[in-house]
Amino acid sequence: MLPDIPQEKQLAILRKMLMIRRAEEHCIRFHDEHQGLIRGHFHVYIGQEATGVAVCQSLNPDDYVFTTHRNHGHVIAKGGDPKKVLAEIIGRATGYCQGRAGTFHVAAPEVGIVHTSAIVGGCLALAGGTAYAAQMKESKAITVVFFGDGAMEEGVFYETLNIAKLWRLPMIFWMENNYRRTGRGAGHAATELTHVPKALNVETTVIDGIDVGTVHKTAKEIVGRVRAGEGPLFVEARTHLWPGNAFAMPKLVGGITEIAWAWNVAAAPEKVREWHRSHDPILNYVRELESAGVSRGEIENLDAQVSKEIESAARFALKSPLPEPKAALNYAFAGKGN
Amino acid sequence: MPTEMTYGEALIAAIDEVMEHDPRIVLFNPSFIGMEAGQDKLAALRKKYAARIKFPPIAEIGFCGVAIGAAMAGLRPVVDISTATFSYEAIPQIVNEAAIAYSNSGGVTNVPVVFYLKFGIRGGGGVQHSGSPQSWYWNTPGLQVVMPSTPADAKGLMRTVLLRSEDPTIFFGHDRLLDDRGSVPDGAYEIPLGKADVKRAGKDLTIIATSIQVPRALAAAETLSKEGISAEVIDPRTLQPLDKPALLASVKKTGRVLITDESHDNCGVAAGLAAIIADEGFTSLRAPIKRVSIPPVPVPYAVPLEDYVTPLAQRIVEVARALVQR
Repeated sequence: MLPDIPQEKQLAILRKMLMIRRAEEHCIRFHDEHQGLIRGHFHVYIGQEATGVAVCQSLNPDDYVFTTHRNHGHVIAKGGDPKKVLAEIIGRATGYCQGRAGTFHVAAPEVGIVHTSAIVGGCLALAGGTAYAAQMKESKAITVVFFGDGAMEEGVFYETLNIAKLWRLPMIFWMENNYRRTGRGAGHAATELTHVPKALNVETTVIDGIDVGTVHKTAKEIVGRVRAGEGPLFVEARTHLWPGNAFAMPKLVGGITEIAWAWNVAAAPEKVREWHRSHDPILNYVRELESAGVSRGEIENLDAQVSKEIESAARFALKSPLPEPKAALNYAFAGKGN
Repeated sequence: MPTEMTYGEALIAAIDEVMEHDPRIVLFNPSFIGMEAGQDKLAALRKKYAARIKFPPIAEIGFCGVAIGAAMAGLRPVVDISTATFSYEAIPQIVNEAAIAYSNSGGVTNVPVVFYLKFGIRGGGGVQHSGSPQSWYWNTPGLQVVMPSTPADAKGLMRTVLLRSEDPTIFFGHDRLLDDRGSVPDGAYEIPLGKADVKRAGKDLTIIATSIQVPRALAAAETLSKEGISAEVIDPRTLQPLDKPALLASVKKTGRVLITDESHDNCGVAAGLAAIIADEGFTSLRAPIKRVSIPPVPVPYAVPLEDYVTPLAQRIVEVARALVQR
């Protein structure tokens, strides 16, 4: 369903989702088309855009967000600049972290993402920390920690949840289930992952994480309740693993997403056709917008604008200078005298 | 008859051979070679021993502790931690339980568990996937620390650990060594723990190198030889137990020593070895001991930053050159 907001704001959500999709397509192209530009592993958020965008839409600039190794989407959703995200992914001096962090650890303190860990579950307890700090400072800021189904296999999930509940921390445990782990049957003995927070008396909500309207409605309500002191709360947003994520490294198995597949999915390559027909949060949303009267031309124009903007961000990243070698020795400590 | 194989294949061969005869060996998360060469051999190992293999949840402190407990009860588990920094999630079990159990029990409960870690700067790993915890573990009494540099050493040391170790062992591989090819003796051969190996003989200075630093030191020695400098490269192969006599004998012969290890300078492996040489080999020294390791900063991501902190062959050459002129 469409979110219950003016059409202009509905389109703003589409715009942001497309920014993420287009930026990450460039990320994969950086890896595939430029030898050595991304040397290690990397992960993308493709297929989960509805969640990050619709949640961050409900947050204030001073709210904290924590993300994962799949961070590019959350950073852009929270207001991060795609130029600085793409530059960081390829280790440029102009990136959010001056090329020190790379794809795994893009952090953007200016938009409330103070630190990003690539360790599974690495930010769960830290999110408890920013929530506790907000509570101590009597600020209205809340914390949203995004994590995947795999992070619930880590002990730190249980420990943080327990502390958060005992201390009534103003935070949302927002689990994006892409079935990367649970779908393979390896990870968790619980029949439903929500049984775990329920055992600690943390209220849970399970939603369709690819439906923008549902995510938006849930986020608005949950954010409001946590801001009013009802935290912590737990949400499981269910998404569907993008076929390009079925490998150790992401691959553009169907090429870049064409917006026209929304109304002509037969044109999509077979490997990705079913996913784009039923599980792609962006194309599903486009189809709903079209049904509500937004013209195909308007949608195509918006996509063309975003694609151009992100193309230019990618060029900015590629043209940006590498950091000076000696800068390697900077920033081990904040304090002088070290 | 020796066989040519990669470092990764040598590890898998050792595990396969020993598992065949010892049903007490079980494997947790056997990946060993990441995405490198030898996937067919890894797949065959997984198939052959499926009943003795577990793929645990992402729960390091849990599955490492389970392996330690199983070792206390008579199994000989091999845990593939994968990236070395993931072992930080299990430090309480490894350092505060496995390492102390034998001592704490007055010599009764021993813990023959093996943790296999791929450590170091792998290229684009960034701050959380480039860790080198060999000095932490060497700093922990009760843990054996094994760091082979060649396929033959990898196989011989893995066989020894699997067959004979009675103690917890941290076995360090390195992503950038896994595809190195070398000649490996066939079948039953073992390299004892605590036996260093001279990888290249020389007379002007000693380069003590561990793991990935061995090929770098050998490349440096080659460059130095063209300048008329004869460098001896010696690989301790295991840090605990440590072959002190072999290291001291080499230093006695050359009078100069450069130590290189891909961990941080501060309290690093090179620092620990330097202390031993200063303490027990002082009269052999004709110049200060030099270290080539990682400066004290988290390993950054971008290529020029990462290269700057990596102890590459060129840095060894520069430091060695200055050292022989003293």
